[in-house]
Amino acid sequence: MREEISDMSEDDETGERARWAPDLSKNRSDDSDSGPGPPIGDSPPPFSDQVLENVLENVLEFLTSRRDRNAASAVCRSWYRAEAQTRRELFIGNCYAVAPHRAVERFQSIKSVVLKGKPRFADFNLVPFGWGAQFEPWVKSFGAAYQHLERICLKRMSVTDKDLTIIAESFPLFKDLTLICCEGFSTLGLAVIAERCRHLRVLDLIEDYLEDEDDEVVDWISRFPETTTSLESLVFDCVTCPFNFDALERLVARSPSLQRLRVNHHVALEQLRRLMARAPQLTHLGTGTFRSEVGFGEVDPNLDLVSAFGASRSLVCLSGFREIEPEFLPAIYPVCANLTSLNFSFANLTAEELNPVIRQCHNLQTFWVLDSVGDEGLRAVAESCRDLRELRVFPLDPTEDSDSSVSDIGLQFISEGCRKLRSILYFCQRMTNAAVVAMSKNCPDLVVFRLCIMGRHLPDRITGEPMDAGFRAIVMNCKKLTRLSVSGLLTDKAFEYIGCYGKLIRTLSVAFAGDSDGGLRYVLEGCTRLQKLEIRDSPFGDASLISGLPFYYNMRFLWMSSCNLSMRGCKEVARNKPNLVVEVIRDVVEEEEEEIEAVEKLYLYRSLAGARTDVPAFVKIL
Amino acid sequence: MEGEAPRLLDLIPKDRDWVGKGVCKVKNGIEEKLELRLGLPGEENEKEEKQSAKSAFSLSFSENVSKRTFLGSVVTNEGKGTERKASGAPPVAHGTRTINSSIANNSSQTRTSNAPVVGWPPIRSFRKNLASSSNSKSPLETRDGGPVNGNKADSNKKGCFVKINMDGIPIGRKIDLQAYGDYDELSSAVDQLFRGLLAAQRDPLVNEKSGGENNQGIKGLLDGSGEYTLVYEDEEGDRVLVGDVPWKMFISTAKRLRVLKTSDLSVSSINTVSRKRAATEC
Repeated sequence: MREEISDMSEDDETGERARWAPDLSKNRSDDSDSGPGPPIGDSPPPFSDQVLENVLENVLEFLTSRRDRNAASAVCRSWYRAEAQTRRELFIGNCYAVAPHRAVERFQSIKSVVLKGKPRFADFNLVPFGWGAQFEPWVKSFGAAYQHLERICLKRMSVTDKDLTIIAESFPLFKDLTLICCEGFSTLGLAVIAERCRHLRVLDLIEDYLEDEDDEVVDWISRFPETTTSLESLVFDCVTCPFNFDALERLVARSPSLQRLRVNHHVALEQLRRLMARAPQLTHLGTGTFRSEVGFGEVDPNLDLVSAFGASRSLVCLSGFREIEPEFLPAIYPVCANLTSLNFSFANLTAEELNPVIRQCHNLQTFWVLDSVGDEGLRAVAESCRDLRELRVFPLDPTEDSDSSVSDIGLQFISEGCRKLRSILYFCQRMTNAAVVAMSKNCPDLVVFRLCIMGRHLPDRITGEPMDAGFRAIVMNCKKLTRLSVSGLLTDKAFEYIGCYGKLIRTLSVAFAGDSDGGLRYVLEGCTRLQKLEIRDSPFGDASLISGLPFYYNMRFLWMSSCNLSMRGCKEVARNKPNLVVEVIRDVVEEEEEEIEAVEKLYLYRSLAGARTDVPAFVKIL
Repeated sequence: MEGEAPRLLDLIPKDRDWVGKGVCKVKNGIEEKLELRLGLPGEENEKEEKQSAKSAFSLSFSENVSKRTFLGSVVTNEGKGTERKASGAPPVAHGTRTINSSIANNSSQTRTSNAPVVGWPPIRSFRKNLASSSNSKSPLETRDGGPVNGNKADSNKKGCFVKINMDGIPIGRKIDLQAYGDYDELSSAVDQLFRGLLAAQRDPLVNEKSGGENNQGIKGLLDGSGEYTLVYEDEEGDRVLVGDVPWKMFISTAKRLRVLKTSDLSVSSINTVSRKRAATEC
C-alpha cells in the first residue's frame, strides 16, 4: 500500500474554498475559469513588469502545494498568469467540475494530472453501470495540449483501450500511469502502453476492474521492449488474467531500477522465489498468492524462499498472500524487522499463525489484516507494533450476521498499544461506546476514523445504548480528525456532536443513521470544512437538504441515496444554486415515463462546466 | 436481551421472500425500500401487501415514517409526516425498555432478512469470497461481473449480468439474465436493446432513440428464421444455440451472449447438442 493511496482520499485542502469563493460570488455569464481572469482590452505590461513576472515565474516554480498555488493565483492578474505558466501538476477532484478545454486553456505546461471521477459509493454497486466519468474527452484534450505530460493518475474513471492508446501515442515523455478503481480497459490497452511508452517508470494498476474477454486476453507482459527498461514500479495484482511468467522474469531481470513489484494470483511461491532472485533491490513486494505449486518437483521451496527473503535487504512493504499456506510464513522472518507496511488483508490467518510474524514487526507503521485473527491477534499487534500509524481490519465474511471474531475488545487493545495511530478502518459485528471512547483518548493523533459495525442499527453491545457517546468522544478528543465514517445505532444527537466538534472534518460517511432532518442539519451547519458528504439509508428529507444551500458551493459533492428526498426538494436546490449540478439517478429502469416524486439517489456537486452532456438515460439533471 | 430475540423471530412470517417471488425484474429501489422498513413486526405484513401493488417510490413519504418509529418503538405509525423530530417520540437514548424492544426488533430485522442490502457492508467486490477461495488451491475466482453495476445485488445469486454483442455493432451491452422468465422475454429484450443501434448503424442519420417507423424489430432470434440468431457461450467457451436447454440451466451456464447473422452460422461452429453442465454461479 503506497502512502499515496491513502493520501488520494485525504487530498482536500481548505484552499479549495479560497479558490471558489471569489468566482461564484459574482454572477458571471461568461465562462471564465476559477480565479480572476485577464480583462479584455488590457494593454501588455510594460517592460519592468515583464521582468517582475519572469522573476515571479521562477519563484513560483518552487511552489508545489495546490493550496498555495490557488492562493497565489488570486493575488492579481500578473500572479494569475505566472502561476498558470508554472503549474506542473493538475489536480481535478471531480472530473465534472470543470470542462477539459477550460483546464487546458488556463494551464499550458502541465506534466502531471490527477483526475477523479465517480463518487466513492460506486465501489459498492450504488452507481449504475454506465453513469459516466469517461476519460476520453480528457485524454483527447490533454493529447492535443500537453506534449510534455509525464504522469496520469486516475481514480474511479472509465478508461478504454482506446484511451490508453491515445496516451501511448500522444505523450513521448510519458513515465507514470496509475489507475485506481478504474474500469473499461483490458489487457489489450495494457499491451499498447507496455509496448509504446518507452520511458515508462510506473505502471500501477490498483483495484481496477479489467474487461477480461477470455478469448481476447493479450499477454501484455511480453510487450515491454526487450531492452533495459526504466521501470521502477509494476503493480498488477488486480489483473486477473494469466500471463507469461517467463516473460515477467525476463522483464524483471532487465529492469534494474525496479523497486515495487506486485504480481497477481497466478504466481506461486516457486515462481516468486525466482522473481526475488532477479530483483533483490525490491522495496515493495506483492506476492500474489503464498502457496506452493503442487507437483512442481522442486526440492523444498521453503529453504530457497528463506534465503530469497534473507537476500532482500531493502524490503519494507509486503502484500499479496492470497490463498496463504501458513507453513511458509516463517520464510518472511528475515525481513519482518525492516517492514514498515504489511498487508495480510487477503490472508485467512488465525491469531496463532499471525503471532510469530507480528511479534517481529517492531517497525510496522501500516498494517492491513482480516478479522480472522480475532481480538487475540489484535492484542499481539498492539503489543508488538508500537509505532503503528494505520490499521485496517477487513471482514473475512462481509455479511451482517457472520461470526466476526473482532469486537470492541480488539479495538481496546489497539488503542492501548498503538498510541500513535493516525488512521483506522475497522469492520466488526458489535462494538461498545467504551472502546471507542478509549480509542479517542489513547490515540489523539487520529486523522481518519472509520468504524463499520456491519449489523445495521446495532447499539452498544453491553449497555444497549446508541453509539452516540462513542462518536462524540472521537470528534471531541481527536482534534486533528478530517475523515469520519459512522455506523451502528445513532440518533440525531450523534450528528449534533459531529457538527459541534468536528470542525476539521472534510469527509463524512453516513449509513443507516439518524432520526430526522435535524441530524443532517447539524452536520451541514456545523462542519465548516466539509468537502465530501456521502449518506445512504438515513431519514433525511427535503428540509435538511435545503438547509444546506448556503454550504454546497464550499463542498466538492453531496451524495444521498435511499433517504427521504423528493423531486420538489431537489428541484428547489437546483433552482437556487445555478452552479451546482444536481443529478437524480434512478436504477436502470426502462418503462417508466412519468416522473416519480421520490428521489432514490441524489448526487450534487459544484461545477463550472454546467450540466454534463454525456448523461445516460437513468440520470436526470435538474 | 438476547433471550427476547427468539420470541420476536417467531412473530415474523417465514415467507418473507418477496425478493424471489417471481417478480424477476428486481429493482434495487423496491428492495431497498422494503428492506429498510423497521417498524414493529406486526406492521411488516400489512405494509408488504400494500407495497407490492404500488410503485416503490411512492413509499418514501408514508412508509418511511416507520423507519423512525422503531427508535421510539412504543409509538406506532402515525400517518404521514415528512418531518418528525425524534425528540417528539419517547427519547431513545435513555429508556432501557424502548431500547430493548428496539434492539430486539433490530436484531430480528437484521438477522432474519434474507435479502442482503446492496453495497452493505461497504466492501469492494474483490474482497468478497475470501473465505471460500482462501481455503482452496484454485486460483481466485473472478469477481462478480461489473462491480459498478448498481443493479447487481451483493449475493452472487441475484443478478446475472452477461455481455451481449451483436454482429456489426461495435458497442456491446450487458443484460441481466435473471431479469427474464423465459426465452421469449429474453428475445424481446435483445430486440429492444439493439433495435435502435442497428437502425442507427444502417442509416447514420437515424437517431438511436427515434425512428419508430423505420425500425423493424429483430425477430426470429431463437428459431433461425430471422436475419439474426442468438447464441451463447458457456464456461467452456463453446458456442451454443440459445433455446436448447431448460431456461434455468441456461441462465446458470451462459457466460456471454452473441447475436450473430444467421447466414454466418455454420453447422460446425455451433454446438446444437445440449449437454448437461454443472450449474455454476454466474
